[in-house]
Amino acid sequence: MVRLNDLDPELRDFLSDYRVPAVPGAPWVEPAPPRRRRVALVSSAGLRLPEDRPFGEGAGDWRAIPGARAGEAVMDHLSVSHDRSGFQRDLDVAFPVERLRELAAAGEIGGEASCHYSFMGASDADAMELEARALAGRMRAEGVNTVVLVPV
Amino acid sequence: MSGLAKYMEDEGLATVAIALVRRQAEQVAPPRALWVPFALGRPFGTPGHPAFQRRVLRAALALLDRPRGPVLEDFPDDAPPAAAGPWRPPFEHAADEGAGAEAVIGELRTLAPRYRAGVERRGRTTVGASGLAPEEAARLLGRWLAGDRNATPAGMAAADALRLAAEDLRAYYSEAADDGDGEEVAAWYWTRTHAGRLARALRPVCMADGEAAIRHVGDFMLVPEGYRD
Repeated sequence: MVRLNDLDPELRDFLSDYRVPAVPGAPWVEPAPPRRRRVALVSSAGLRLPEDRPFGEGAGDWRAIPGARAGEAVMDHLSVSHDRSGFQRDLDVAFPVERLRELAAAGEIGGEASCHYSFMGASDADAMELEARALAGRMRAEGVNTVVLVPV
Repeated sequence: MSGLAKYMEDEGLATVAIALVRRQAEQVAPPRALWVPFALGRPFGTPGHPAFQRRVLRAALALLDRPRGPVLEDFPDDAPPAAAGPWRPPFEHAADEGAGAEAVIGELRTLAPRYRAGVERRGRTTVGASGLAPEEAARLLGRWLAGDRNATPAGMAAADALRLAAEDLRAYYSEAADDGDGEEVAAWYWTRTHAGRLARALRPVCMADGEAAIRHVGDFMLVPEGYRD
């Protein structure tokens, strides 16, 4: 499989030189102690349940993936060149729900969130900000205090 | 992901972001980020290596114990190699054979036992994004290739239907051939199967369509770079 350094030089340079939108400020939250961390995963892989609406280009919105149904997730990434074979073979290589459960069972974290989420990466930055802030409120209401953000 | 991390942190959640492209994390400077030297598409390393995946997750969560940020740390190890060995494709069809839906359905029947065994082994499938059965997905693409623009199922945008039907076929073949390296399997799919050829043949048809969304699908979403004619 292809690491960044092994990519076609044009694509490698595109990804490396891609100017991600500036996000001002340096927010900092004091994390809860490990055993009180309730952790949600947020992916940018365009994951969704099969019955959910497909991701639209540039939409910036997200889909909810209840932990109990994570194994049903499909990848709706808009880039056809994006490698899906790892995700197809092992959910946890791209969306480590089972690994999170193991850490919770071992008492290393307080627990897994009831629901995880996915965006479609490389969408409109302004739309994503609004959606991300709204999603944060939803997660807080669900008792989440810690988020692991996972690219693809 | 780094930008999302800052927005969510700003809303009161403690965040840690995994980064596959280090320079992007450097630019955005999220509160906590772990750069991993892994393949794109595999942010936790290697399929079927739970102990390694656990290490990566622990390393990410450990950044939450840092007293201040932003912090960008490098994960120290490469992903373990996937089990390697000679791989034999389930079948191969010569490049000059046809690309019709019925030929694809024949391939689907051949692959069905391998696909079902894989689903049983993994306990899941990633086929289903289109909501169509694989045979229906093949017929949809075949009808579009034949110029039938009325082939789209009710309730679906044509562009979504084409894109997702093509993805579902690719996922079906990839899951049925999950004993092979991902790149080998992709090369087989796009060059030696009727399904891959159907998508490739459909691409110029979509690119010439009167609807911009269909042209966009044809341009960018049916066939990956490297396999476009």
